[in-house]
Amino acid sequence: MKSFAYVRAGSVQEATEAYAAHPGARYLGGGTNLVDLMKLGVERPAALVDVTRLPLDGVEELPDGGLRIGAMVRNSDLAAHPAVRDRYPALSQALLAGASGQLRNAATTGGNLLQRTRCPYFQDLTKPCNKRMPGSGCGAREGVHRDHAVLGHSALCIATHPSDMAVALAALDARVELYGPEGARTLPADRFHRLPGDHPERDTEIRPGELVTGVVLPAATAGPPSLYRKARDRASYAFALASVAAVLHTQDGVVDRVGIAFGALAHRPWRARRAEEALLGAAPTAAAFEHAVDLELAAAEPLRDNAYKVPLARRLALDVLGRLAPPATP
Amino acid sequence: MGSQPHDGSGHRTAAADRHHSDTTLRVNGKPHTLTVDHRRVLLDLLREDLGLTGAKKGCDHGQCGACTVLVDGRRVNSCLLLAVALDGCEVTTVEGLAGDGEELHPLQRAFLERDAFQCGYCTPGQICSAVGALAEAAAGHPSHVTDPATPSGEPVPLGREEIRERLSGNLCRCGAYPRIAEAVEDVIP
Repeated sequence: MKSFAYVRAGSVQEATEAYAAHPGARYLGGGTNLVDLMKLGVERPAALVDVTRLPLDGVEELPDGGLRIGAMVRNSDLAAHPAVRDRYPALSQALLAGASGQLRNAATTGGNLLQRTRCPYFQDLTKPCNKRMPGSGCGAREGVHRDHAVLGHSALCIATHPSDMAVALAALDARVELYGPEGARTLPADRFHRLPGDHPERDTEIRPGELVTGVVLPAATAGPPSLYRKARDRASYAFALASVAAVLHTQDGVVDRVGIAFGALAHRPWRARRAEEALLGAAPTAAAFEHAVDLELAAAEPLRDNAYKVPLARRLALDVLGRLAPPATP
Repeated sequence: MGSQPHDGSGHRTAAADRHHSDTTLRVNGKPHTLTVDHRRVLLDLLREDLGLTGAKKGCDHGQCGACTVLVDGRRVNSCLLLAVALDGCEVTTVEGLAGDGEELHPLQRAFLERDAFQCGYCTPGQICSAVGALAEAAAGHPSHVTDPATPSGEPVPLGREEIRERLSGNLCRCGAYPRIAEAVEDVIP
């Protein structure tokens, strides 16, 4: 590992100033991904600005019924928070479906959003990877790509985003709060991560020096609000092969609010806007769910070895939507 | 990448500079101030600087759990934590679980009684992880398999399925899982 300077920031202002003062700096949260990538040589920061002791470790009720989650709230604490468990169960379930108890105790909300793909070519310095080294090529496209993207990939990159949490945030219409040299701003969670396009080296819309300071959840709807379901190779402690988070609300027998996001299918959590449009105003029937999900997944462009993801994601989505729908009246 | 003790003994050769910082950790109740290379992870500091070889280096990438220790009472992978970032923290390793009179921790006793290991390499991590997992369940932390209807904030009852899920971050290549789960079950209050 390359030597680096270390700065512990006491305030958000101090953190962004330290970042600006140290070219090649990275912010350090729980470090569960960054330190690993430093060991692998994928990340070689000249300085780490430690933001774990910033006063961003609280979960706060908002006047409009929403919730603000500080960027330094640990994944395990967020999953256990009573307001999250009661009003945003998909978020709690997604967090608990990710990583291990030890990793969730260290990983932060902000760091979870900023974790890098687990594509083996990205993590291996001896292999080509346009995300790690733009212009070097993509080893995965013709290589090992069973875990890779089926939606929204580009000629340059077929990596997926590994977060479970981010999938729930996308479905729940969360917003990501940022602070940087140009001040504070927010981005919708489902637009925080990018599709790879011509610049797979850029995972997110974050600007240089910007720090994730929090995540805001809008007021939750009443009723059985949201669910997360994940398919993986082993029963626990594995990244998703496909996952889905959904929120569904009906009024007078028709869907009046719906949010659906897929995980592990694309370079970002895949908000299923086409499916949602098809469902709004429709009766929440199995046939309507099938029509909507098929409409969304028609855009899939599977690779040689990952076509299984499309029917897998379809079944996950139909199961989750079916369980969120109110029981049919006889 | 070593660390130098900062005990006024006159043997210190390194000093805090751009790539080193003075860092104080309480490990198993004893304070240690060291000048650490910023690259030093907690696992290497424990094993190589303090001679506490209980926590093991398995994968060194946070995938196997052999390095699990408790930091401020929470279980973590010590291979992924930079020591410099832990300044002021309280660390408990498997060596610190036993009482002052060398009385073994109930989980250590249960592992012996259940013969919950073969090669033993993952055992310190399994035991520290189980200590942390029991505290999390007692504090009402749910797991992936907890019934969502379980009330928030109340202790989560631990059956076999809960134990297996909560310890899934600790791999055992010998496959001693059934007895590990039995040992943990034995100490559930």
